[in-house]
Amino acid sequence: MGSQLITDIAALWAKYGSVYLGGVRNTLLLSIIATALGCLIGFLCGILQTIPCAPGDNFLKRFVLKLIRLLIRVYVEVFRGTPMILQSVFIYYGVPYFFGVAFGSIWTVSIVVVSINTGAYMAESVRGGIMSVDPGQTEGAKAIGMTHWQTMLYVILPQTLRNIMPQIGNNYIINVKDTSVMFIIGFSDFFAVHKMVSGAVFKYFPSAAIEMVGYLTLTLSASLLLRFVEKRLDGSDNYELVNADQLVMTAGTYSYPASGTPFDEKSQEYREVKK
Amino acid sequence: MEQILEIRHLSKAFGSHQVLSDVDFQVSKGDVTSIIGASGSGKSTLLRCINLLETPTGGDILYHGKNVTRGEVSASAYRAKVGMVFQSFNLFNNMSVLRNCVIGQEKVLGVREDAARERALFYLDKVGMIPYMNARPRQLSGGQKQRVAIARALAMEPEVLLFDEPTSALDPEMVGEVLSVMRKLAEEGMTMLVVTHEMAFARDVSSRVVYMADGVIAEEGAPGDIMTNPRNPRTREFLSRFL
Repeated sequence: MGSQLITDIAALWAKYGSVYLGGVRNTLLLSIIATALGCLIGFLCGILQTIPCAPGDNFLKRFVLKLIRLLIRVYVEVFRGTPMILQSVFIYYGVPYFFGVAFGSIWTVSIVVVSINTGAYMAESVRGGIMSVDPGQTEGAKAIGMTHWQTMLYVILPQTLRNIMPQIGNNYIINVKDTSVMFIIGFSDFFAVHKMVSGAVFKYFPSAAIEMVGYLTLTLSASLLLRFVEKRLDGSDNYELVNADQLVMTAGTYSYPASGTPFDEKSQEYREVKK
Repeated sequence: MEQILEIRHLSKAFGSHQVLSDVDFQVSKGDVTSIIGASGSGKSTLLRCINLLETPTGGDILYHGKNVTRGEVSASAYRAKVGMVFQSFNLFNNMSVLRNCVIGQEKVLGVREDAARERALFYLDKVGMIPYMNARPRQLSGGQKQRVAIARALAMEPEVLLFDEPTSALDPEMVGEVLSVMRKLAEEGMTMLVVTHEMAFARDVSSRVVYMADGVIAEEGAPGDIMTNPRNPRTREFLSRFL
């Protein structure tokens, strides 16, 4: 039985190997591009949603902020609350219906659908990520005179990105798998290859086995890569003590009397106590 | 002495809870003022109002005669001149020690990169943290973090430095290293406003002690007078627990 499966897979691969690989390439490209664009949308929504709105601000600013929050809320709820397979047909057929022009390429519509779907999830992740950064970080930044945007750009968002890395990974892996629903509008991803090949040669199980291994390879390598990126973002746990400056030595070894340091005085007090 | 800050009739309420009521207060150049008092007496809120981290519900804050609460000076320009050191350090976790001291100069003051670095190193040296300039905040002890936080505030070359219970989160040994840095700053003539529970610091280092109770300044004066001869019975009561 096992040997039968192996010969079947080998035969399938010999004949359709390049087709499978083409599917893998399409799936990879679509998920990478759409996850990246989705993150961009998510960050944009998250940032817009967390613009502070003080009671002292003028009416127009408050109105615009409230409106933005409402629009983002609607966007998130609609695209998180409907199946992506339905969103794809809705947009694919809806755009020509209303505007009279079809999408130029199946790639465009696929990227648009998967990006805005991912963006809806990421919007909430980013908002959560921003809120999870210690408020003290904002206070520290404000206390040295940073504006809201500077605080966001240099202090909050880098930490947010680190905090939501696992979420980004989640979304990417979900996209690798769920882009398979785009076959409904004719996108030829990895799973669409299975439908095509197995329909042509009636080897359903061997083809499914190839797909299983293929998808697992894609997702597992993504997980590994993500862990690596997270480690890089955390930076090293070790650091070099810089002793190049002759006036400054490590705590406890300080012996240069002319320059007052915290440690000098402490030892002075210590001596006084000892007396 | 030249007056830097003048606080007039400052009040702050959180909902119906009145935390500060009608506080009048001046800070002149070179003053080292210690604000003491029980927890919940409004000390920290006063400091946070002065740095506009809390919006006062009433009264005015004047910085060199310009009204800050009315927006005559922009909040960020004002904060760049009035530094703050927090109980919980609030160092930027995503940056190295050196970067923490450089970023504000570069982005807020527009200092050039090499000049900013030089200035940061000067102040890190002052607090004895140069060896750790490449470390991340999470790799430092509490006392070290607080010394970096002081260097970060100093690197902005502020006119006044506010300390919000800078040693309350530290063990006794670390308290020593932070207090001696602060003592050195005071000796160098830095204008400081220190909310503290360190009575020895208030007595020995500050030029003025303010005792707060229930959101008002109950008594203020030279440390010698207040510490040894408090007139207000509440001050006496409070100090009796320490001395």
